[in-house]
Amino acid sequence: MTSAMPSGASPDAGPVPGLSRRTLLAAGVGAGALLVQTRSVQAAALPPELEAAIAAFTGGAPVREGRVTLDVAQLVDNGNAVPVTVSVDSPMTAADHVVALALFNERNPQRDVFTARLGPRSGRARVSSRIRLATTQKLVAVARMRDGSCWSRTVDVIVTLAACIEGET
Amino acid sequence: MAARTLIQIPPLSRKGDVIEVRTMIAHPMETGYRPGADGKVLPRNLIRRFSCTYDDGASRELVFQAELFPAMAANPYLTFPLLVTGPGTLVLTWEGDNGFAQTETLLLRVA
Repeated sequence: MTSAMPSGASPDAGPVPGLSRRTLLAAGVGAGALLVQTRSVQAAALPPELEAAIAAFTGGAPVREGRVTLDVAQLVDNGNAVPVTVSVDSPMTAADHVVALALFNERNPQRDVFTARLGPRSGRARVSSRIRLATTQKLVAVARMRDGSCWSRTVDVIVTLAACIEGET
Repeated sequence: MAARTLIQIPPLSRKGDVIEVRTMIAHPMETGYRPGADGKVLPRNLIRRFSCTYDDGASRELVFQAELFPAMAANPYLTFPLLVTGPGTLVLTWEGDNGFAQTETLLLRVA
């Protein structure tokens, strides 16, 4: 093993002098906190293809951030089956309810994941499923209300094992 | 051949409750992007639509409908809410490529 060490470093001095396990761990925790803070990103920088898919769903209505909650693990080990839950803050009465709910992705081969139609007979706006994620990307959940307004939530997801699209980048 | 399905609702609900209907169906959801063992892309085979109607004896009403895309995981799992308005029958239908169609019914018991 000593042959692998840089010449001059003594074998019992640890890998990098001045960088203890303790400081490394602290740095890791700090980076994690940063990741949590930047998680819910604004919908400002969505690629045009994704914008087009969302516009096809909303019918061109302006989409505002809020009211929608998108529950998905921040770090996904297996992109083949990722549990997601989309819920919307809505009373679900005949006068005010969610008409449709859709989930979009940024970097799978196709932008749509699913669209669901709800109504006052739903009683609550909450749909769960399991989806495929090809790579680390953004997920966007959009809800269309009875009054025509559209609300969305964008979440960043890190995927370590991609769903099966070998050969694509 | 019928695909295996799993459907769960509370055994007994009360009028006015909002229950969660949990559904799953055995299906490969082949995306049409994935190469098989011989290196050729496997043909697309998806479930494209799911719907649930609520039949209370007097009328049938569509209570939930979903359109599914290749990004759904294999053996598609979907849960959706339902406002219980009285006893009835839930009719769940899955439709997809290659003429795939399956319907399951279950009784909604109301105390």
